[in-house]
Amino acid sequence: MAKSALLKSSLAKKYWMALTGLFLCLFLVGHLAGNLQLIFGDASAFNEYALFMTTNPAVKVLSYVTYISILFHAIDGIVLTIQNKKARPIGYAKNNAAANSSFSSRNMAVLGTLLLVFIVTHMVNFWAKMHFTQMPLQTIEVKMEGQKPLIVYKTVQEQYIPVEAVDRGQVELKGTKFYQFGTDLKVADGYKDLHKITIEFFKDPSYGIFYTIGYVLAMIVLGFHLSHGFASAFQSLGINNPRYNGVVKGIGYLFAYLVPALFAIIPLYIYFIK
Amino acid sequence: MNLTLKIWRQKNAKEKGQMVDYKISNVSPDMSFLEMLDVLNNELIEKGDDPVAFDHDCREGICGMCSLFINGEAHGPDRGITTCQLHMRMFKDGDTIYIEPFRAKAFPVIKDLVVDRTAFDKIQHAGGFVSVNTSGNTQDANAIPIPKHDADRAFDAATCIGCGACVATCKNSSAMLFVSAKVSQFALLPQGKVEAAERVLNMVNEMDALGFGNCTNTGACEVECPKGISLENIARMNREYLKASLK
Repeated sequence: MAKSALLKSSLAKKYWMALTGLFLCLFLVGHLAGNLQLIFGDASAFNEYALFMTTNPAVKVLSYVTYISILFHAIDGIVLTIQNKKARPIGYAKNNAAANSSFSSRNMAVLGTLLLVFIVTHMVNFWAKMHFTQMPLQTIEVKMEGQKPLIVYKTVQEQYIPVEAVDRGQVELKGTKFYQFGTDLKVADGYKDLHKITIEFFKDPSYGIFYTIGYVLAMIVLGFHLSHGFASAFQSLGINNPRYNGVVKGIGYLFAYLVPALFAIIPLYIYFIK
Repeated sequence: MNLTLKIWRQKNAKEKGQMVDYKISNVSPDMSFLEMLDVLNNELIEKGDDPVAFDHDCREGICGMCSLFINGEAHGPDRGITTCQLHMRMFKDGDTIYIEPFRAKAFPVIKDLVVDRTAFDKIQHAGGFVSVNTSGNTQDANAIPIPKHDADRAFDAATCIGCGACVATCKNSSAMLFVSAKVSQFALLPQGKVEAAERVLNMVNEMDALGFGNCTNTGACEVECPKGISLENIARMNREYLKASLK
């Protein structure tokens, strides 16, 4: 019985909800730290980070844990919501729920569904492009006195390959790899220019403003979701003691306001300032 | 005070019910809520109508028998009280008051405002006890040293009267506050430790089987509980259950 208790029971579903939720909170911190390079770093720093995040084996393991966590958190949430709806077949004619609970705590399923929609569109816009499409590679402008500037590809090997060399057919480009023309002798690896894709996305002359507004709205939803979810996860795992409940709640609110706010600043900065 | 009452009327467990409006006048602010309903019922009986069925027993906030979901809150708008301790001074002249039964799949309506809370007894039977030898050699409970802190928290949990307000107010009809109070009152004491693992597994299984919902930590139960049972108990049950599951 003990084993099935850890999978099927009402409490077990809560443990998994809490564990996956807290893991996703950690993911948010990592993702935010990377994204902030769009404000504080240059294109190279961001693209180097993007390459690291898509190729490092340890990060790959973490990213699979993240995908599974998101899926599990969503499926578990749907199962819990269906069970909870079934537990009260006839509702109240009048229910003054605001008298005893917060808006966020009563609407986690709706907030979570909105977040899932955001995550899917966000992944289509950036993650899928990065993984499955032919991305533009990062180029740098090299200025030389008295000559017109030279555009070169930046590479992982820190060789700089002039764009002209590729255009003229001296170097062949397959995916992100540069080859000596006509051979399979690899010269270098380029950087996928996720920085450019991101900036162009939010700076799009016709849709950029809607993408920016959509992103900011999604972060507001995230803030509400976290304002209940963070502290709630600790309660579900049995961590509740009057001595430190205040601290957990305080960190929860700080996390819920600060993290989405910092995320939201990035598209606003790109749209209005950059 | 003159009031409009919107009351759930349902002939029996099988028939469909509906909200029915009643006007009541000359209500004293010093009346308890149940006394106001008594007055209404007298009027209904005089008119030859079927009086409104509602649960009550001790009328001093101990038995946990009275229920009622009043104006959208279990036991009405006041805090730390049962319905019998709610007074009409909490309302204003001309108010409309919604009176509904506690709603949960596990608490089916028997008639009007009376619900069947046998589910709570079933959960208790599943593990809410300590097995004690009663052959005459029972050890004096006072001879077992218990830290004051633990004794106090066990007592706090034991003040649960099993009224079901937690289930009624929870948006998920979850019985976790009740079950966690019953788990805690024993888990904190040496007498209860012996069967602690079995108890929590059996009681939670029974709770799930009876069709109560899951806890989403809204904290509404703690606010509406007439005895102020704390969410700390649910956290303790979560710990006890995790420990027991890993054994």
